[in-house]
Amino acid sequence: MSPTPSKKSADADAAAAAATATQARSSATGLGGGGGGAGMRLIVPLQGVVQGRGGLVLGTLIPCALFYFLQFYLRRNRSPPPTSPQPPAANGPDLPGIVRSSSRNFLSARGSSGHAAVSSRAASIARSGDSPYFVGTKKCSEDPYHPVDNPDGVIQLGLAENRLSLDLIGDWLARNVTNTLLDERQGGLSISGLATYQPFDGLVELKMAVAEFMGQVMQGSVSFDPSQIIMTAGATPAIEILSFCLADAGNAFLVPSPYYPGYDRNIRWRAGIELIPVPCRSTDNFGLSIPALERAYNQAKMRGVKVRAVLFSNPSNPVGNLLHRETLRDLLDFVTEKGIHVIADEVFAGSTHGTEDFVSMAEVLNTDEFDRSRVHIVYGLSKDLSVPGFRIGLIYSFNEHVIAAASKLARFSSVSVPTQHLLISMLNDTKFITQYIKTNRERLRVMYALLVNGLKQLGVESVKSSGGFYCWTDMSKFMKSYSEKGELELWKEMLNVAKIHLTPGTACHCIEPGWFRLCFTTLTEKDVPVVLERIKRVVDNH
Amino acid sequence: MVKGAESCVPLSEVATSNTHGEDSPYFAGWKAYDEDPYDAASNPAGVIQMGLAENQVSFDLLEKYLDQHPGASGWGCGISGFRENALFQDYHGLQTFRQEMATFMEQIREGRAKFDPERIVLTAGATAANELLTFILADPGDCLLIPTPYYPGFDRDLRWRTGVRIIPVHCSSSNGFQVTLQALEDAYVKAEGMKIRVRGLLLTNPSNPLGTAIARHVLEEVLDFVTQKDIHLISDEIYSGSVFSSDEFVSVAEIVEARGYEDCDRVHIVYSLSKDLGLPGFRVGAIYSYNDRVVTAARRMSSFTLVSSQTQRMLASMLADRGFTENYLKTNRERLKNRRDFITEGLKNAGIECLPGNAGLFCWMNLAPLLEEPTREGELRLWSLIVHEAKLNISPGSSCHCSEAGWFRVCFANMSQQTLEVALRRIKDFMKNMKAKQEK
Repeated sequence: MSPTPSKKSADADAAAAAATATQARSSATGLGGGGGGAGMRLIVPLQGVVQGRGGLVLGTLIPCALFYFLQFYLRRNRSPPPTSPQPPAANGPDLPGIVRSSSRNFLSARGSSGHAAVSSRAASIARSGDSPYFVGTKKCSEDPYHPVDNPDGVIQLGLAENRLSLDLIGDWLARNVTNTLLDERQGGLSISGLATYQPFDGLVELKMAVAEFMGQVMQGSVSFDPSQIIMTAGATPAIEILSFCLADAGNAFLVPSPYYPGYDRNIRWRAGIELIPVPCRSTDNFGLSIPALERAYNQAKMRGVKVRAVLFSNPSNPVGNLLHRETLRDLLDFVTEKGIHVIADEVFAGSTHGTEDFVSMAEVLNTDEFDRSRVHIVYGLSKDLSVPGFRIGLIYSFNEHVIAAASKLARFSSVSVPTQHLLISMLNDTKFITQYIKTNRERLRVMYALLVNGLKQLGVESVKSSGGFYCWTDMSKFMKSYSEKGELELWKEMLNVAKIHLTPGTACHCIEPGWFRLCFTTLTEKDVPVVLERIKRVVDNH
Repeated sequence: MVKGAESCVPLSEVATSNTHGEDSPYFAGWKAYDEDPYDAASNPAGVIQMGLAENQVSFDLLEKYLDQHPGASGWGCGISGFRENALFQDYHGLQTFRQEMATFMEQIREGRAKFDPERIVLTAGATAANELLTFILADPGDCLLIPTPYYPGFDRDLRWRTGVRIIPVHCSSSNGFQVTLQALEDAYVKAEGMKIRVRGLLLTNPSNPLGTAIARHVLEEVLDFVTQKDIHLISDEIYSGSVFSSDEFVSVAEIVEARGYEDCDRVHIVYSLSKDLGLPGFRVGAIYSYNDRVVTAARRMSSFTLVSSQTQRMLASMLADRGFTENYLKTNRERLKNRRDFITEGLKNAGIECLPGNAGLFCWMNLAPLLEEPTREGELRLWSLIVHEAKLNISPGSSCHCSEAGWFRVCFANMSQQTLEVALRRIKDFMKNMKAKQEK
């Protein structure tokens, strides 16, 4: 199956969508350009020096000097930021997403009509930038690939939707939801149970069903307590609500990078919390490094910025690796020592397809050594159950105060009751769920292998991934220059020549240029050769 | 789960403050109800909930609809429809659903105003819509002006995460609590004096808690005022379909159109299906803005509060059934009017006057004569008696920031007729007892 034409939904994940065309949800930042960038990007042409192999002095002085010169050089060559707002189109493609800069940098919050100004927050959003995503996703929706009707169209690999196992859900619905929601035979749901105000943090029955599901998904290694769950309309508000609970505006979270572009919007936008990327390196297979966290923490401290939490995704988006038990324990030690929180975004926990086992943060806590009140997990059904449209996410916290506050904040983002009932039914069908999880994993495994092996034959290496919807690939050798600019050019070439839309690493705050994220879960087996052939066009040019 | 020992990991201001506003009596009464809820059979002496503005009078119409249209609650055209639906998380919202919302809003206003579906931004409830607009129109430290008495939830919804303040515009019973230009000016000047930037005025029309539709000339004055001050106007019209005589409701949209859309960049309407269609559990709200930048920003920000695609689809077909919606609106209005008449009659028999009203799910009743002292404390003492002795949860005017003590909001649509009768009996008995005490 191929991405169908323009009225396609987009995943917030796609940094591309950030920018977005008609169908894209807003997501993170544009690629570099637009407005005064908030942090400067660290370009690493001399990896060895930066990694400290030149000794302490060389390892610090030289990179510092180079850093400054390089940034100076790059700034001069960067495209100028937009100086005036583009008129927003109510009907047409949406404007690019937020530009990474403090709202204070924006000159005027006044509308073009000069009347009643909007807030700085709104002004920074409504103003457009020159984000490439706008270009990318627009092209996808204007010229969408279809195997029969439009075989030369643009293939969208920037959307984290899982279409591989939707048929299973559809079949279940066909078998089970044949009549109205009020059918007495189906367990009698009266209109008053369906229509009236219900607890904003979710029906107890849903929490119970979801707790069960989470236990199943994480393969029985840990059980989840429904009373620690706050349901929210998707994982997006779950993360935002947690942010509001754990930190104040101006504080910061440490986030291992590359990271999910949506965090920039979810955490920075309204909660006003800074995200400090903690670079992971290809030489470590992009694994989490405690020393790097330590360095980032100290640097923040020196700047007078208060770090309140570490946020990480596991399985990782975009890389797809799983954290080992020991790493999770080390991380817990780290946050305990610093007196801060840890947020584990485990939305892909059920979408593992490799040979490694997924270890949830909850499982590591089982050993009782750690102060649990600093641990919070984000989960949802959008990825693992392929139902992003239904808006079902949750916060799972070990901190009763967070639970209390979050359950009140859930009123701004609560799950529709009829949808909750539908999910309760579905999740309680444990036989179906077990089968679904198993089959879905198998299909992910097959598709991942197909794509990764095919890419390998083109000379494109991917990081070994054990979970999630992505291949995290190294295309640096096909760039004209080892730089952000080079990456952007390659990205454009992929879009215009190969007619494939990928997510470039810079959107994910990857410090090493040339990495691209490809989502394989919207492809059918027939699409894979097409994708490979397209990529080959670009690869062959280099 | 760790309980007891206080964790040493600090939480945010937002998490630890009580700007959630849930310490007010408005919510304390709910607690009393939660702990001892009335049930005709199993707990006839329990607390009757009259503090919840929920509409249950027309459930049967909804049930009948869903029964006759199994497809509506299912997947419409079957499995293929499901697939697209389950994946659809576009913050533009389902086009068909937005279209139906626009048409429904037009229907309520009987065609006196037009709504463009492209200007509708969907949110998970009006609560979210109000908060979103506040984030968009104001910065932390700024304020919104709100005429009193107002919905107690605003203190939480508009201030908590946004950091925006509320400056009340005081209205008095001398003119039926209508907003006056003087009151608006006074509030504005007060804000200026406190060096707080006023970003907008929020009106609820029809009013909660008053139960009255705002008169046209007042809306005109309000629009002139916000234009002159160059601020925004948010018109919360979630009860627009619950005005008993549809021609008595004037929407700000009508005034905007009458003025040829001049200077309407500052006008924004909030709507929801929770009250008019009695579906609060579905979490369907909407922002309608005449301002392109606000629409764009709101749409993006709605990512935090999207409406379930399943729900959108279900409701799109329900709203598309014009026969159903016409009948529902008409019947619902009649039933609400009857309820209101019933309760005001009953209250009158008990010696209680209500503010004349023509809309909403509640009455605004005057118990000032019963107060020992015309103060907030006096009112709260009386309120406490009502909750604990009469076992009725009603909402004290002070939690609605009413500047006159002794007024209470009583909801009448969230219970059966029988329960309402029980409530009225209790009120009558309570009044008798109070009179007896006073005479002593």
